[in-house]
Amino acid sequence: MGETIVRKEGAGGKAMRRLIESVFVEGLAKPVDGIGLAALDDGAALRVGDRHLVVTTDSHVVKPIFFAGGDIGRLSISGTVNDLAMMGCTEPLALTCAVILEEGFKRSDLERILRSMREAADEAGVTVVTGDTKVMGRGELDGIALNTTGVGFVQRPVPDNGLRPGDRIIITGTVGDHGFTILTARHGLALEGDLRSDVAPINGLVAAALAAGGEDVVAMKDPTRGGLSSALHEMGGKSRVGILLREPDLPVRAEVRAASELLGIDPLVAANEGKAVIGVRPQAADRVLAALRAHPLGREAAIVATCIEERPGNVILDTGFGKRLLAEIEGDPMPRIC
Amino acid sequence: MNDLQQLRFRDPARAEALGEAIHEVCSEIGRDPITLMHVCGSHEQAIARFGLRTGLPKNLDVIMGPGCPVCITDLPEVDEGVALALQGVKVCTYGDMLRVPGTSLSLNDAMARGGNVAVVYSPSQAIEIARKTEEQVVFFATGFETTAVTTAAALLAGDVPENFSILSAHKYIPPAMEIVATMPGSRIEGFLAAGHAAAITGSGLFEPLARKHRMPIVVAGFEPLDILAAVLELLVLVRDGRNEVANLYPRCVSAQGNLPAQKILWQVFELEQGWWRGIADIPDGNLRLRDTYAHLDARKRFDIDIKKLWSHAPHELAAQCVCGDIMAGKCQPTDCGLYGTKCTPDAPVGACMVSSEGACRIWQQYGGRPDLSEVG
Repeated sequence: MGETIVRKEGAGGKAMRRLIESVFVEGLAKPVDGIGLAALDDGAALRVGDRHLVVTTDSHVVKPIFFAGGDIGRLSISGTVNDLAMMGCTEPLALTCAVILEEGFKRSDLERILRSMREAADEAGVTVVTGDTKVMGRGELDGIALNTTGVGFVQRPVPDNGLRPGDRIIITGTVGDHGFTILTARHGLALEGDLRSDVAPINGLVAAALAAGGEDVVAMKDPTRGGLSSALHEMGGKSRVGILLREPDLPVRAEVRAASELLGIDPLVAANEGKAVIGVRPQAADRVLAALRAHPLGREAAIVATCIEERPGNVILDTGFGKRLLAEIEGDPMPRIC
Repeated sequence: MNDLQQLRFRDPARAEALGEAIHEVCSEIGRDPITLMHVCGSHEQAIARFGLRTGLPKNLDVIMGPGCPVCITDLPEVDEGVALALQGVKVCTYGDMLRVPGTSLSLNDAMARGGNVAVVYSPSQAIEIARKTEEQVVFFATGFETTAVTTAAALLAGDVPENFSILSAHKYIPPAMEIVATMPGSRIEGFLAAGHAAAITGSGLFEPLARKHRMPIVVAGFEPLDILAAVLELLVLVRDGRNEVANLYPRCVSAQGNLPAQKILWQVFELEQGWWRGIADIPDGNLRLRDTYAHLDARKRFDIDIKKLWSHAPHELAAQCVCGDIMAGKCQPTDCGLYGTKCTPDAPVGACMVSSEGACRIWQQYGGRPDLSEVG
């Protein structure tokens, strides 16, 4: 590990996990009654009486701050609501919001971001109850950074490590939409078609899956940075199962596929901000899938993988033409130069 | 059915039928191993990306030859670019070249030492840069005949500014195939030729090579079905002892190739002997600017003294790197003691780990050739 922090250590891949494990878990983690920091789940679940208090926090920086399908405000609410939902907490109690602004940031942009946060919070059925504001000097920050924290109660927290051989993995919709929207915007690529971020609070969608699957829903994770690949590597690694992913079954929008071929980046490693990866016992897979597809945000949900005994911790990709190991991404996916 | 399956060239059912036929012919041939070589990073990417190797018979090896232009650019050629950058000339090149180690420094290292380097996407972009500056601008031109055509076209487009010149490290593939095929100990029984290079030169170009070295050659495209169909065709030719050339990429390649492109290529370049990194000295392996364009030749314009760079320490691990043997088909990436440990995409020792077209880099990205045939 280097003497200074590098960008890839925040990109959601292997490098970031190494940093978190070696610095944050080493430095801060203590045993708790429930799911704590050392579990490196989407949030913590602390036992309070016969329930669990779920807490999660997320900071948001994105370039550009306004993009097709959303903005940093919508992202900040959705990210935290979704992390709560991934712990099984689909009715969040409240959110907090801390804003750090750079001197010179446009007031109208801030107001637009706040309107967007309000809309997303209304969709999720949650309220922002407290916050904090800081303004830094010009050049000390790139525009705006948002932090949101969420809390809620849940009877049975859903971990991300409950998989066993035979379980099925469901993705709740098309992969890579957010990641490719941001990448193409950042690199100034004008592509045909309607490439838009999927950013949305999906607690309602997850509630539908939990209602249909009950205790047969055994693991959940949202495939944000690092994409579906990172989520599956993490879930498979912690559960000590192999995951056989069938690429032809993977829902990918034509626009994303085109951008993927152009940039040489796999949709499997691109971020999603309105999707869940759900592990279910085999007997409940079809039931959960039907419930997801009946929801407006889950129409393209699909069963894409099966957990296997062989090669625990690895993701094996069946491309339809053969099989290969899916390598876990190290840092940010970069478009090819030539 | 999703759009992946609807693509004409991505039909798993057809792939399965081709796979069965491949197994049948391999069992008829009976040897272990049967070794076929392709000479293209894009073929390796498609083979690895689609996991094609897990479906191939155990007695069939499809290996990658010297098909990555970045990988075979020789150390002194990189040194020349580095030397120019360090003496203040603006060296423009493709992004993949930046991290390729020379004898002691890469262009990236040169930048860190204050060298003048810029990444471009095309030779025309380098010419544009030259137009806007008083500095001397050199385009460090790498790549095979396909890329060389674009370099030639940019020069022939005219109005090239006086402060612009070319450092050609362009290479020509057919003679390299010949050398690799006839290396002592070579197991290669047939070649898959790269469809995009053949689109320029034509499939007919390979006829003398196939006859002289009794080596069947099949021109292949880049979709998984293209590759499987070409492998099958090549195996049939091997089985039947027919040293012929077959074109399985007729939608892009003709027998005579792209004649206007060839005209441009040979108007600007001529063949000369040249060393391919780690492989061999190849007669007619390099593309040199013709005398008519000597005024645009950076080697003639500047006094490039790479000996000065030899005072820098060479890469300490370079001696252990077996990139040359990998590209010559003598071993695979995982046979290298540095692979994935001391040589990684983040800190490459050998050129095969630098380029997105290099065998080692591709194996790192797609997980090599694990035995997954029994999984699932």
